[in-house]
Amino acid sequence: MTHNPNQTHFELFGLPARFKVDVAKLETRYHELQREVHPDRFAAAPQAEQRLSIQLATQVNEAYQALKSPVARAHYLLQLHGVDPQFETNTAMPPDFLDEQLELRESLEAAAQAGDSARLEVLSVRLRGERDALLARVEGQLDERSDWTQAAGTLRQLMFLEKFREEIGAAEERLES
Amino acid sequence: MALLQISEPEDSAPARRHRSAVGIDLGTTNSLVATVRNGIAVVLNDGDGHALLPSIVRYLPDGRVETGYQAEAVQARDPKNTIVSVKRFMGRGLKDVTNFENSPYDFLDTPGMVRIRTVAGVKSPVEISAEILDVLRARAEQALIGDADGDLAGAVITVPAYFDDAQRQATKDAGKLAGLNVLRLLNEPTAAAIAYGLENDSEGIYAVYDLGGGTFDISILKLSRGVFEVMATNGDAALGGDDFDHRLFCWMVEQAKLAPLSAEDTRLLLMKSRAAKEFITTHAEAHISATLGSGETVDVTVTQKQFWDMTRHLVAKTLGPAKKALRDAALDVSGIKGVVMVGGATRMPHVQQAVAELFRQAPLTNLDPDKVVALGAAIQADVLAGNKTSGDDWLLLDVIPLSLGIETMGGLAEKVIPRNSTIPVARAQEFTTFKDGQSAMSLHVVQGERELVSDCRSLARFELRGIPPMVAGAARIRVTFQVDADGLLSVSARESTSGVETSVAVKPSYGLTDEQITHMLRDSFDHAREDVHLRALREQQVEGGRMLEATESALREDADLLSAGELAAIRAEAEALRKTLSCTDHRAIRSAIERLNRATETFAGRRMDRSVKGALTGRHIENIRT
Repeated sequence: MTHNPNQTHFELFGLPARFKVDVAKLETRYHELQREVHPDRFAAAPQAEQRLSIQLATQVNEAYQALKSPVARAHYLLQLHGVDPQFETNTAMPPDFLDEQLELRESLEAAAQAGDSARLEVLSVRLRGERDALLARVEGQLDERSDWTQAAGTLRQLMFLEKFREEIGAAEERLES
Repeated sequence: MALLQISEPEDSAPARRHRSAVGIDLGTTNSLVATVRNGIAVVLNDGDGHALLPSIVRYLPDGRVETGYQAEAVQARDPKNTIVSVKRFMGRGLKDVTNFENSPYDFLDTPGMVRIRTVAGVKSPVEISAEILDVLRARAEQALIGDADGDLAGAVITVPAYFDDAQRQATKDAGKLAGLNVLRLLNEPTAAAIAYGLENDSEGIYAVYDLGGGTFDISILKLSRGVFEVMATNGDAALGGDDFDHRLFCWMVEQAKLAPLSAEDTRLLLMKSRAAKEFITTHAEAHISATLGSGETVDVTVTQKQFWDMTRHLVAKTLGPAKKALRDAALDVSGIKGVVMVGGATRMPHVQQAVAELFRQAPLTNLDPDKVVALGAAIQADVLAGNKTSGDDWLLLDVIPLSLGIETMGGLAEKVIPRNSTIPVARAQEFTTFKDGQSAMSLHVVQGERELVSDCRSLARFELRGIPPMVAGAARIRVTFQVDADGLLSVSARESTSGVETSVAVKPSYGLTDEQITHMLRDSFDHAREDVHLRALREQQVEGGRMLEATESALREDADLLSAGELAAIRAEAEALRKTLSCTDHRAIRSAIERLNRATETFAGRRMDRSVKGALTGRHIENIRT
């Protein structure tokens, strides 16, 4: 891997380049790889090996991060296929999705203002449901139909939900402190 | 090839000398040193049988230094020169130091880190901490005489998980200043998890609640098949047992209607407060009596209930970070199998009660909360020193506690590496110029979760110069953050569009350069008697020996990866190094080490590739080699 910067994260983990991954296997491979390359294994090694070890362990961590989260994984797969999801510039979304987002945000604001943690929890649960549905959709688009453009659209919606999830987390944090 | 020994595939790791290494818990209130002997982690006691060394340093006018119990005994008589809880000042400026108006010290608000004026001169928290580490190093060396290998190969020093980069760097500098080879900085809750997890063969997700003398950490770890993976960490680097003492002290001053106190009386009453706090852990009430410098006497009784009520807000302050850590780990309390309690302050019943309520289970208090961190650090040190045995084939994956970022337009902090990223980690971000012909760019590195730079900790400022003139927005400046396994950051920046590359590596501004450390070593009274040259020589000899051994071991395992020519080249450099080891010129040894390092670079790469392939196929290298 040191001499092959073109190796993909999937190749590094010995997994097929698909959205659907065996999460248990991914974790096992991660631990196996870190057992070999982690700097703790090289504390008594020559400096050249110590330096390499930091590089490789960093690379393994980066790859694991990109594959572990489904949203990051979908993004990475699109990158591999040369598709830029244009999170910053492309804000076109289906109207019903946008309506729902507006409504969700209003509910969040109301719950946060009322200091109602039970309603925040309800919102979290609803969000998880929507996220799961979108993930199922993006799986079909990526793994079955190889429709990168459609997948990019779904991924933009997922990113929207991720941001919303962070906002719920921030509201919960404010209620706790 | 005749020089080579090739081991049989079944013949596992060649017998290696045991290398002595220690784990050091450099605590706010007490410090300890531990080591692994015959496979068992043990705390090393001082000559009087004490395991704990009070983290107290007293400077005397003649330059002598008293530490530990000796300094503790006189602290109320000489509070200005007797520094307690110095850990609270590590990597901190004066504005960060809470309750400093109650401190008897003569602070100097110096850039980067506060300093203290003592009768023996101005001392930095790094130097003061080094005095404590020096005592522990001497204790370890004394204890290791008679062991198979009397040399101390190195030390793992623990830090609160929530320590930021400045505090970590300061701790590492203190270790170096005390003449220690710092193998690793290890997070305290993680150290505790190692000791607890290995002892109990634990599997599952655990929380470690660590309330020490001056710091609070909460870490959530997943233990599975010998891997200790930190999922999230949070905390408060300025909250601990000290604050409970201080609260009781304030209450007492109010109760007894005391006039403003002298530094001596303040220290006396703080000591009494601490003793009362400890007593009240197992008793219904505590009686405090003291005679002040004026002859006035203080007589106060505090009940357990009163103490709990007056400190309840401090206990509550630990619960927010605990909830945040759970959220970051995407868990609720039902996912936590056990809560390990660490730190002397977790002995307080109302702390245990609050933890039990939050996690809906009784916390695990079956280990000594004072010793478990040092024991875990010793186990880690033993592995890092290269004493691998089949039983300790475990792996530690830790995280950074606070996000790292860079200042952008409008004083906003742009996160480059988010908190709870597994280390080592690197991330690059691209920036561009905003003026035509702009030839320099200043970069400001910050750490923290807040949006405004002014609310984050400033780690370093540096300038990238020599950007070739271009129109605004055309330059591509790539800033790379790298966090190593100690959780320490280095930053480099590079302009690459024009083919002209400028690169700069920064060490955050509060850090000491190696030259400064050498200078301090030379100046420090304790080391003045030692010959600086001899010390450097000895260090290089140890390093050279280590390097030779590591190379031999690598060749035994993987010499088949080298051509005859490459092997001969490495052999020649190794032989050259071996010859210089007996000479008295440390620079010659240094350069021989560097030459051998260069000669083994390609070899290291191939070995690494082989390891990774081995991990992927799930087979051991020995078995696929024929």
